[in-house]
Amino acid sequence: MLPTSPAFKENAARALQEERLQKALARTKPQFHTKRAKAVAALPEFEQIRDIGRDIKNHTLQFLDHYLETWAENVERAGGHVHWCPTAEDARAAVLAICQRVGARIVTKGKSMISEEIALNDYLERHGITPVETDLGEYILQLRHEPPSHIIGPAFHLNREDWEESFRKSHTDLPPDRVFRERRDILTEARTKLRERFLAADVGITGANFLIAETGTSVIVTNEGNGDLTQTLPRVHIVLASIEKVVPTLEDATNMLRLLARSATGQDFSVYTTFSTGPRRPEDPDGPEEYHVILLDNGRSSMLGSPFQDMLRCIRCAACMNHCPVYNVVGGHAYGWVYPGPMGAVLTPTLIGIDQAGHLPNASTFCGRCESVCPVRIPLPRMMRHWREREFERHLTPSFARTNLRLWGFFARHPGLYRLATRAGAALLGWLGKRRGGRFTALPLAGAWTRGRDFPAPEGETFFARYQRLERSHAL
Amino acid sequence: MSRELILSSIRRHLRRGPLPPDHRLMLAARLAQHPRHLIPARSRLPRPEQIALFISQVEKEFGTVVRLSGLEDVPGAIAEYLAQHNLPTRLVAAPHPEITALPWGERPLLEVRFGRAEPSDQVSLQHGFAGIAETGTLMLPSGPERPTTINLLADTALVLLRASRVVGAYEEAWDLLRAERSGGNGPLMPRNVMLVTGPSRSADIEQTLELGAHGPRRLHVLLIDDDPAAKPDAG
Amino acid sequence: MLQASPNLAKTPRVALFVTCLVDFHRPSVGIAALRLLREAGCHVEVPRAQTCCGQPAYNSGDRATARELGRQIIETFSGYDYVIAPSGSCGGMLRHHLPTLFDDDPNLRARAEALADKCYELVSFLVDVLKIESVGARFSGKLTYHDSCSGLRELGIKDQPRKLLAAQGAEIVEMEDAEVCCGFGGTFCVKYPEISTRMVSDKTANIAATGAPLVLAGDLGCLLNIAGRLKREGRPIAARHVAEVLAGMTETLPPIGETR
Repeated sequence: MLPTSPAFKENAARALQEERLQKALARTKPQFHTKRAKAVAALPEFEQIRDIGRDIKNHTLQFLDHYLETWAENVERAGGHVHWCPTAEDARAAVLAICQRVGARIVTKGKSMISEEIALNDYLERHGITPVETDLGEYILQLRHEPPSHIIGPAFHLNREDWEESFRKSHTDLPPDRVFRERRDILTEARTKLRERFLAADVGITGANFLIAETGTSVIVTNEGNGDLTQTLPRVHIVLASIEKVVPTLEDATNMLRLLARSATGQDFSVYTTFSTGPRRPEDPDGPEEYHVILLDNGRSSMLGSPFQDMLRCIRCAACMNHCPVYNVVGGHAYGWVYPGPMGAVLTPTLIGIDQAGHLPNASTFCGRCESVCPVRIPLPRMMRHWREREFERHLTPSFARTNLRLWGFFARHPGLYRLATRAGAALLGWLGKRRGGRFTALPLAGAWTRGRDFPAPEGETFFARYQRLERSHAL
Repeated sequence: MSRELILSSIRRHLRRGPLPPDHRLMLAARLAQHPRHLIPARSRLPRPEQIALFISQVEKEFGTVVRLSGLEDVPGAIAEYLAQHNLPTRLVAAPHPEITALPWGERPLLEVRFGRAEPSDQVSLQHGFAGIAETGTLMLPSGPERPTTINLLADTALVLLRASRVVGAYEEAWDLLRAERSGGNGPLMPRNVMLVTGPSRSADIEQTLELGAHGPRRLHVLLIDDDPAAKPDAG
Repeated sequence: MLQASPNLAKTPRVALFVTCLVDFHRPSVGIAALRLLREAGCHVEVPRAQTCCGQPAYNSGDRATARELGRQIIETFSGYDYVIAPSGSCGGMLRHHLPTLFDDDPNLRARAEALADKCYELVSFLVDVLKIESVGARFSGKLTYHDSCSGLRELGIKDQPRKLLAAQGAEIVEMEDAEVCCGFGGTFCVKYPEISTRMVSDKTANIAATGAPLVLAGDLGCLLNIAGRLKREGRPIAARHVAEVLAGMTETLPPIGETR
């Protein structure tokens, strides 16, 4: 996926005008908020469980090499294979090699953000393999050739009309005059269509929410059950996972799971939380014959020991974007790559470069709501600020802003001059403002402000001027 | 090769070499002890209330539960449930000895096949390994006696569960699994362990919940009251 | 006006951190703060060497400038018992971010930390530290309160202003999403004006929906943004800093962006 992150401003401006998107966002936002709040309120120990979650992840990251080695040994002991992939290219090649070796033509897929990150679908298609997304949201996006707009609700930006339109266009073997009376009919059609695909697939690819070192297990969480069908029915199961997904034990994973669904969808627990360890055992009646894990680094190891290490705690619950006032009005596509919202604003620059993703850490008011809901307490605003510092150091900050900042900095460091300048400025604006009813509808150099709102006029006398005056007249 | 590349990059950025042996021992000990973390008070209840919590949580997640006084009541309860919901009387059941031994003959109208499920199956019966009261979750590990397909392919999923196997928290269910499997020399975990909380669903279409996305649309638990201390009138 | 706090062993020496926005834009808020603090029994001084908390530089990635200003702040304010700002945003900067500017200088870091511990936002200082339960000025009428982000999430300011306002006689009508950002965000509002405008429009719609003729907040940045948008939309709703109401200035001081 070619990033459009450099065009964030244009993307956002367009998104604000898109009626359908705005309708979808308006519907989505309050749901996420109230559901999470309710689930959290129902578990009094939630804040402590967040602390524990943060600590488990920190502990694991500190000994990441050891836990990955332990995990890999246990995968192999259970008859599975681990493919260590430093780059996205390595990961794509490893998936393709497996598919080609087993002669796969159709590959079903559970939801995986790693798959988006390494742009797997396009790659498989180019090599004559048909990938089929089975998460309902991902499925319709695949039909529409659109990227996801949200990491857990990839198609939340679509409305019912969009679903019907896409289904009519794509499922051409069904009667064109069929009626979709309710959402249920859309679901039923998707279920039927995808059942055919599940049965025809040679390989099933899923993501992983967690890897468990103790047992060599991968964990996925779904509500639909598509991930389970994807990994149970075909001959080969491939797991796409990145290195930071590992936790030490089943008990550690359990603590994380108490956080995940509540933070994500506001459920106490997802419908299907599935722990997979190796391929079908000799006596098993079902399950895949081969089990592979594609273990992706793709720059993550270089975040260790950096100001961005805490980001590796992320469990991809999407609470940060659900509660982000910027995400809530522009949606996920504006961010221009795989990971939107606050977590994307921190992660994307690491993965595609700050020169490409420079807008993302800037497009935040630092309101701090993301951090306040993050289940593993990632200091997202602090890390966005780190990115701004890197941009400033590398002179990626626009020169107009730099000049202003420098000028302002000069005055701020010289209180005497600062007093003079502010006194003059306030007096002028105050005087002009009084003649305009106390506010300006336009001001030179302040177009960005006054396009959307008036500029209230200052009182006219600075505080220090007034303080001095009142002090002298003993009026204080 | 690429394994070393990743591991050495991790170590380089953590500004250290491979872990010294004493560190590795310490970490191995943590794995061996697999300490529990905070367990929410929610499920720390006397047995009858724990069972009641399990039931109310299953129902909150759109599942249903029927309490039966013994295994012998199961075929009848299934027949009744299927009739009530206008469902076919043919079902596929997990080949668990407790299920194969049920008095199926008493309900000749029920057509039962034992084994893995096929896409054409409309109704399935699984044997529950454990129930977790905290969230009304079923623990369903795979194995010859519990095919995974049974959990997934049919539109109506029935699960037989002994009340004595209902625990409070997930950790207690893991302990049951560890206890059952720690004897052998195979892996600790079966190929697959599913934690199932209610029937399949999706909110992908306009964020509106619809049941029965890819998996079962109905989840019905047949709860056997085999635990005298857990009965509603106990204590 | 205020009940002098009975909890003070001695008269605390308090420095008023005026904040650059109050200094330039709305000096009355500074005067209000001064009066509230004095009447609560504090000895208040206004150090002349102050300008700005450095947040514009800090949040723009210009760490060097932020550090220089930080150093200036440490020099200017370290000698006081408390440093009080009529702003949650500047208060948060002083209390939480200032020390992080000196991670590589243990001496300055220690001084910054010592200072940070003495920095408070005005209203939370009155309520949480001085244990003030009511102010002298009365105010009857409906109002709604916007929780500014830094005050709310960095300093835990939520109930304190409501408590004092209610004690004054105000009827507080809560708006929907009172805790959601108004879209000001410092330079954000001019870097991403379309997004910011949309956010503040959602805010003003929520304000209007309460039916209250007055919106209060504890940060002038948010207030300029909100008042500016209210005016642009032609909504007859006044916007004021909470300190103006607590200090009983509403009769003499026009609301933000009005002349009256």
